[in-house]
Amino acid sequence: MVSRPFENLVQSGSVSGPPSGGDYALDRGFRYLAWASAALILALVAYIVIEIGSKALPAIAQYGLGFLTSSEWNVQTGQFGILPQIWGTLYSSLLALLLGGLFGIGIGIFLTQDFLPPRLAATFRTIIELLAAIPSVVFGLWGIYVLIPLLRPVANWLHEVAGGIPFFSTSLSGPGLAPAALVLAIMILPTVASISVDALRQIPYKVKEAAYGMGTTRWEAILKVMLPTASSGILAALVLGFGRALGETMALAMLIGNSNQISLSLFAPANTLAALLASSFPEAGPVEIQALMYAALALLTITLIVNAVGLAVMKLATRKFEVER
Amino acid sequence: MRKLLLTTTLFAALGLGAIAPASAQNLRLTGSGASFPFPLYSTWFKDFSKQTQGVTVDYQAKGSGAGIQDFINNTVDFAASDAAMSDEEIAKIKPGVVLLPMTAGEIVLSYNLEGVKELKLPREVYPDIFAGKIAKWNDPKIAAANPGVKLPDQNITVVARSDSSGTTYVFTGHLSEINPAFKSSVGHGTTAQWPTHFVKAPKNDGVTATIKQTPGAIGYIEYTYAVATKQPMAILQNKAGHYIAPSDESGKAALASAEFSSKSLPNSDAPDLRVWLFDPAGAQAYPIATFTWMLFYKEQDDAKAKVLRDLVEYGLTQGQAMAPKMGYIPLPDSVVAQVKKAAALIQ
Repeated sequence: MVSRPFENLVQSGSVSGPPSGGDYALDRGFRYLAWASAALILALVAYIVIEIGSKALPAIAQYGLGFLTSSEWNVQTGQFGILPQIWGTLYSSLLALLLGGLFGIGIGIFLTQDFLPPRLAATFRTIIELLAAIPSVVFGLWGIYVLIPLLRPVANWLHEVAGGIPFFSTSLSGPGLAPAALVLAIMILPTVASISVDALRQIPYKVKEAAYGMGTTRWEAILKVMLPTASSGILAALVLGFGRALGETMALAMLIGNSNQISLSLFAPANTLAALLASSFPEAGPVEIQALMYAALALLTITLIVNAVGLAVMKLATRKFEVER
Repeated sequence: MRKLLLTTTLFAALGLGAIAPASAQNLRLTGSGASFPFPLYSTWFKDFSKQTQGVTVDYQAKGSGAGIQDFINNTVDFAASDAAMSDEEIAKIKPGVVLLPMTAGEIVLSYNLEGVKELKLPREVYPDIFAGKIAKWNDPKIAAANPGVKLPDQNITVVARSDSSGTTYVFTGHLSEINPAFKSSVGHGTTAQWPTHFVKAPKNDGVTATIKQTPGAIGYIEYTYAVATKQPMAILQNKAGHYIAPSDESGKAALASAEFSSKSLPNSDAPDLRVWLFDPAGAQAYPIATFTWMLFYKEQDDAKAKVLRDLVEYGLTQGQAMAPKMGYIPLPDSVVAQVKKAAALIQ
């Protein structure tokens, strides 16, 4: 029988009463549900890893770690390696994070630090969040028909003038890393911006008043007080944005050129793991599928590592700038 | 475009299902495979379904490789493939296979060069472009074949397929046939070892869009896609040494040289109707043309077999008439006769 500690406190005629058996059952039921949901997520992640891992097992046994460091993808001879794709994935995502992160945090500051009247800021924020609703393939098409033609003259001028710098060592003919990274940056912008806005808005107003009271200028207050205080939230925004960039598929498959080469040049075509999976899966034979599963596992691992590192950095930031909770 | 067609097919199929009374013969046939003949097939199937009471045909353009996989796994009633089927694949089909060429197409080299209306490419030049050996548009070898044409001092951006495809199989087959160096460096297959700096795009429409948006680009696509998007196509030198533009007539001339072997498919009495035109000989033949096949099981239940035979019959008669309008080459009469004979084996 369930113990009911409030039972003997009941006084007749009182409006309040002890929790009924139903209340207890509901409470317990909800707790089980919450536990089950949490466990389900863990089970799902484990299942995905096991499923992909088991399908990749033959390829792992055959190619070993050499798979990660060789750059040939040849179905005919059965040679598979994903170094160019790993390079392209990290390079394009880092570029996107640099651009999207900078602008996203900038927007976060702009919308929360009294630069705009509140109503206008809210409108602005909605517009930026609308960007997240645009399907990936539309971004891809926009990239092909609008961004690349716009970018081409600029890129080719940079190549003419500063071709000696490795970043500009090739000309941009069509698809390439630069348009892909730019579109990626736009795609992660809403994530970074809206989480940064939330993080900055959580800081009590009196913190800023206190900073002003100490005699700081507006920018000193933003850079030395507000940003450090919100740093864990902003870092979370960047980690999420980076994760999104790593896994983005369709727009990249359309814009990056799908060339298995490693080049520092921003204008050369490259490839990413997600684009490789998307373009090769539909028609892959059994042997190639194992290799693709191995590539999927590599992508999953990269994403997990990025998230783990991000969490660790966030923890450090919290400890340094915020009160331990 | 493809989506639209698919949707219309689906809606047509649904509509038909709603109108047709619950007749005794309510058959739904599913197929999957090559995307190249999809525009033509979807028109056929829509029309065929409309004409035949109680029958619906669904076709998914997943790609030749995926179609063959579905066919092996027995999840479809028929499949379609630009690369036919290999002997090993045929051996995996227990009830036996009937391979029928149903239509044909050409592969064209489409380019994007401002002000160049006509571009002639000699036999020794275009394999070198696709092997990455000729890298500039004003290369003397290209200029020599195009007197009076102003070729820009611009890098050639070669666009290839990023996915595995029957189009790549036929195209690299042709280049390997006429240029041994190409065969050893890039190779022949549904995917190929293109030089790494080539740009790659998915599907025929992806390559077409990339060429259209990239000044200085050249790539290989199916004739239908070039016609639909009004892209300029290079004039290629054929085996006889003539420069031939892609067209219905030059495609027909290429098919005319097809000789089917008199042998049967391995372990079967079905005729082997696989033939590759890697380098057609006719004087007026466009050099890169290919058949595309439908794959059927030799044995299945009688009702299905009958409808499938009707479907082939429809494709060979009314279907062929639609082909040229949509950018496909109708089968020569001799081929139609052989296919009709072989179709009787679908039981």
